[in-house]
Amino acid sequence: MTLIDLANPTRFLTFTARLLPWLMAATAILLAVGLYQSAMAPDDYQQGATVKIMFIHVPNAWLSMFVWGVMSLAALGTLVWRHPLADVAAKAAAPIGAAFTFLALVTGSLWGRPMWGTYWEWDARLTSVLILFLMYLGLIALWRAVEDPSRAARAAAVLTLVGAINLPIIKFSVDWWNTLHQPASVMRMGGPTLDRAFLMPLLVMAIAFSFLFITLHLAAMRNEILRRRVRAMQMVQVQAGKPRA
Amino acid sequence: MSLGPYATFIVTSYLAVFVVVVLMIGWIVMDYRRQRRRLNALESEGITRRSTRATTEKT
Repeated sequence: MTLIDLANPTRFLTFTARLLPWLMAATAILLAVGLYQSAMAPDDYQQGATVKIMFIHVPNAWLSMFVWGVMSLAALGTLVWRHPLADVAAKAAAPIGAAFTFLALVTGSLWGRPMWGTYWEWDARLTSVLILFLMYLGLIALWRAVEDPSRAARAAAVLTLVGAINLPIIKFSVDWWNTLHQPASVMRMGGPTLDRAFLMPLLVMAIAFSFLFITLHLAAMRNEILRRRVRAMQMVQVQAGKPRA
Repeated sequence: MSLGPYATFIVTSYLAVFVVVVLMIGWIVMDYRRQRRRLNALESEGITRRSTRATTEKT
């Protein structure tokens, strides 16, 4: 099966049915290994045991931006190539991205209280991530407000691409402004500054959460394709003069 | 494994992630079942999509 074959929703459903059980198993194994490594990681000399919050906060924060990146590519697919699955992919990713962003904010606050002495500070990094969360909610509301998926698709795609401007702002906010949030310690020029004892559980958890996203995204895309089929059939039913199921 | 004086913050963080991930999985599973049920109900009434009908008519 070539990549272009997946443009057909029926072929995509067959492909997803075959792939999902393997993805679920891989995600469960990776999460189990990551959680074990997180539990066994030593205390940090400054943060103490709260360093364990980093192993879930950082993957969620990375994914909050990565999911918007995926949605931006899908938005290009909708606007430029009119790919049949592009809007399905974007719409299915939005609630998952919102959940990861919410978790990044919550776990960050729970780490901030003992380490910074506050749950929240209106600094550039925290505020730009909160804006990202609100943008996710706005997009979800837009898709829900417009009943016809093809009409909602183009408006959502434009909004997604405009919102992508926020991604470099989030990433470089700690360099451009004087923030309470610490600068990058993994994805930076010159390599990670983290000790291997913390880097390994962090990377395993990041891979585990990435697999979780891929699994949930494919499953949510499958649901969206089925929802659109139901809608198409209901329209046929209405045109035929039969009462709606 | 001792979590020290900030155990509440650490446990709450992991619990929050656990609850949200379980809710996401539950929502996706329930949504799949709902769409399948609606699709089966429509198919049992003899409703087919235009694309399916076109394929059937061609063959």
